[in-house]
Amino acid sequence: MRVAIVGAGCTKLGEHWMKSLRDLSTEAGALALKDAGIDGKKIQSLYIGNMSAGRFIGQEHLGALAVDQAGLNPIPATRCESACASGALAFRKAYLSILSGEYDIVMAGGAEKMTDIKGSGAIATLMGAGDQEWESSVGLTFVGLYAIMAKAYMEKYKLTRKELSLVPVKNHKHGLNNPYAQFNYEITTDDVLRSPIIADPLRLLDCSPITDGAAAVVLVSERIAKKFKNPIWILGSGQASDTLALHNRKSLTEIPATKIAARKAYEQAKVKPKDIDIAEVHDCFSIAEILAYEDLGFSERGKGKELLLKKDAMIGGRIPVNTDGGLKMGHPVGATGIKQIVEVVKQLRGEASNQVRNARVGLTHNIGGSGASCLVHILGRE
Amino acid sequence: MQIGIVGYGAYVPKFRIGVDEIARVWKADSKTIRSGLLVDEKSVPDKDEDTITISVEAGRNALLRAGINPQDVGAVYIGSESHPYAVKPSGTVVADALNMGPELMVADFEFACKAGTAAIQCCYALVKSGEIKYGMAIGADCAQSKPGDALEYTAAAGGAAYIIGKNPLATLEGTYSYTTDTSDFWRREGSGYPSHGARFTGKPAYFKHVISATNELLSKLSMKPSDFNHAVFHMPNGKFPLKAAKSLGFSKEQLKHGMVVTKIGNCYSGSSLLGLSRILDNAKPGEKILMTSYGSGAGSDSFSFVVTDKILERANLAKKTDFYIKRKETIDYGTYVRLRKKLKGG
Amino acid sequence: MPYKSVPLFWRLKKPKYNLTGTKCTKCENVYFPPRNLCPACRRSGDIQELQLSGKGKILSYTIIRTPPEGFEHYVPYAVAIIRLDEGTNITGQVVGDIEKIRTGKRVRPVFRKMHEDGNDGLIHYGLKFELVD
Repeated sequence: MRVAIVGAGCTKLGEHWMKSLRDLSTEAGALALKDAGIDGKKIQSLYIGNMSAGRFIGQEHLGALAVDQAGLNPIPATRCESACASGALAFRKAYLSILSGEYDIVMAGGAEKMTDIKGSGAIATLMGAGDQEWESSVGLTFVGLYAIMAKAYMEKYKLTRKELSLVPVKNHKHGLNNPYAQFNYEITTDDVLRSPIIADPLRLLDCSPITDGAAAVVLVSERIAKKFKNPIWILGSGQASDTLALHNRKSLTEIPATKIAARKAYEQAKVKPKDIDIAEVHDCFSIAEILAYEDLGFSERGKGKELLLKKDAMIGGRIPVNTDGGLKMGHPVGATGIKQIVEVVKQLRGEASNQVRNARVGLTHNIGGSGASCLVHILGRE
Repeated sequence: MQIGIVGYGAYVPKFRIGVDEIARVWKADSKTIRSGLLVDEKSVPDKDEDTITISVEAGRNALLRAGINPQDVGAVYIGSESHPYAVKPSGTVVADALNMGPELMVADFEFACKAGTAAIQCCYALVKSGEIKYGMAIGADCAQSKPGDALEYTAAAGGAAYIIGKNPLATLEGTYSYTTDTSDFWRREGSGYPSHGARFTGKPAYFKHVISATNELLSKLSMKPSDFNHAVFHMPNGKFPLKAAKSLGFSKEQLKHGMVVTKIGNCYSGSSLLGLSRILDNAKPGEKILMTSYGSGAGSDSFSFVVTDKILERANLAKKTDFYIKRKETIDYGTYVRLRKKLKGG
Repeated sequence: MPYKSVPLFWRLKKPKYNLTGTKCTKCENVYFPPRNLCPACRRSGDIQELQLSGKGKILSYTIIRTPPEGFEHYVPYAVAIIRLDEGTNITGQVVGDIEKIRTGKRVRPVFRKMHEDGNDGLIHYGLKFELVD
């Protein structure tokens, strides 16, 4: 039994002052259905990824909200939460629900509305993904957590501040023509170094933005997939967990949950890191992309920067990473994992805004917290 | 059985602001102010320090010197006029942080700058009566002062903790309190800064109470100023204690170790107690110490101590007063205003 | 804003004020923050209270310049992951001259205000760290 993606859609990412979470989720769902060319009434079950609507907009019970707004009552609706990996979690749950034989057509979506509260409130809310009692309570932020990792990595592997800046420089370049990107402009390493320090050594241009947005995909069983002209197959799905708090990890310079989730996904897909044609990785902060290169096996430990220096991670390189600009072009936390799937689906269909020639196998990598959860998916065309 | 100080500890925040810097902002003549007050600079608490945190740090030092089980402490009394809460005791936080209790008597004291010495008297009485084995008395403050007010040059932060019990490093020989209703300085509930009676704080207030309490104690104990090796009087500035000492017949030499005001300002409830801790840091067995506090409102508590040979083994068990006095970082007025949250909306 | 809850902070005051951790007597692992179940031995473990010294060294750190709600008054402030001598790690603020903080430097605990629930709410106290001179 195989499962395919037959529809994918993503809203514009950014500050949607005139749209609420319910507007964004129905918009993304409609885009995915239109892309699939099916009617919403065919959807048998819905999974929605969302990190913290309760604190961002005071709304819980998002499964009910989503199906109600979409006019899909009374189908089952389930909210999935794994912090910033909520989107990939919803995707995996939808995938497993078809594999179980219960459903044939399922929608997986993700939505987050982050700008209804002020920035400092959003920073505090995001820290809900860390350890509330022992990390948030001392004033640590998510940039801070990744800054601690960046500091440790830079000292251990002699990564320079300028080399680290190559991550956002590349991702801004990749996102230049991305129609749903929050930003469409290029930056230089000097721009990164001139941007304000948020948490030493990380600066503003190292950080993914605060974003409103939603994305959705339609998943179908193999039996149904035959009716669609360009199905993209789910070849592997891996999920792993680790300690909630960063301080309880053995190492500050790697994310073991990524390694374990990736190993599982590679095994299922029967592919190796060198077989990946395009990857969407969780670059919430610049250092996270370099850690991802190494944890996903694209690079040896401590040598992640070489993918940037040799332009291997660029379009046209050995393993183009974040071809839509990654999380730098918008990080609506609960929607990000689905947005990554949408980009890989488009790449594999040959419809991406920043197309990699003849991409056959793609990977998505979605992290929750500072690495306490990770989901890796491998997708492929027929 | 001798009762007195079994352990003591000091704490002074590391920031200092100079009288010159405050005078610069208010375009005042710093030379006259400095010679009038005999104060060079005052201590300022960090953003995350208050009377409770100062009390905990001083209390830890006192426990280190006493070398006792915190569970044997039967009372904690903190004297301050800047308790962080109007309602909710500072003492409960401090006791929990120091592993004391729950079998423990706790109450917060307020008597302007002398609540800490009042706490020592209570602990002394409870130990003497056999109700408790040890009592911890703390005097600590992060003193408030209105920007531009004369008090701003001296209102400082710091505190000291004293564990009272048997087997002391300094035996308490006697204490005497002199108290009247004299309104020289006060702060109403809900008011951010205290008010004061300017020159009225002098003769009828500070001097009358300090001199009366000291004289009465001396006559009660049949002692004279020259019997003491060291003396410390409450230090609202450098001038008042010098003048009081002179009229009582104490020499500048006797005041030497206790005059901490010049470098850290007036730590209110911690003032005379920090003077005492610095004296103890430098004291030898057999030496006699006189301490007289003053609290506006008004009253003075006078004490006579005799240092025992226990001082030799205990004085070095924790950081001395001078560690905190010398550890300093000078700040400007803008930083001071920020740290003390004197900016509206800041 | 750290989660506003009176019982939550009250419940945690022992480890927050005094660095009281736990130890599994079966595998000898030390835990801070305290755990009621040993993640290594799980139900066959035996968790006991353990008083930590608070002394340790900085593994890595950052200086927070854009704070979360509730910490605006304190910026810039340093947060470090500290390796305690007993063999477990803690995240804590490092006070004092933040320019002098370096990986590997030794620290000791100091009692400070952690944050306040606004002007009318509770003041939460706990341990921060300072560099050992």
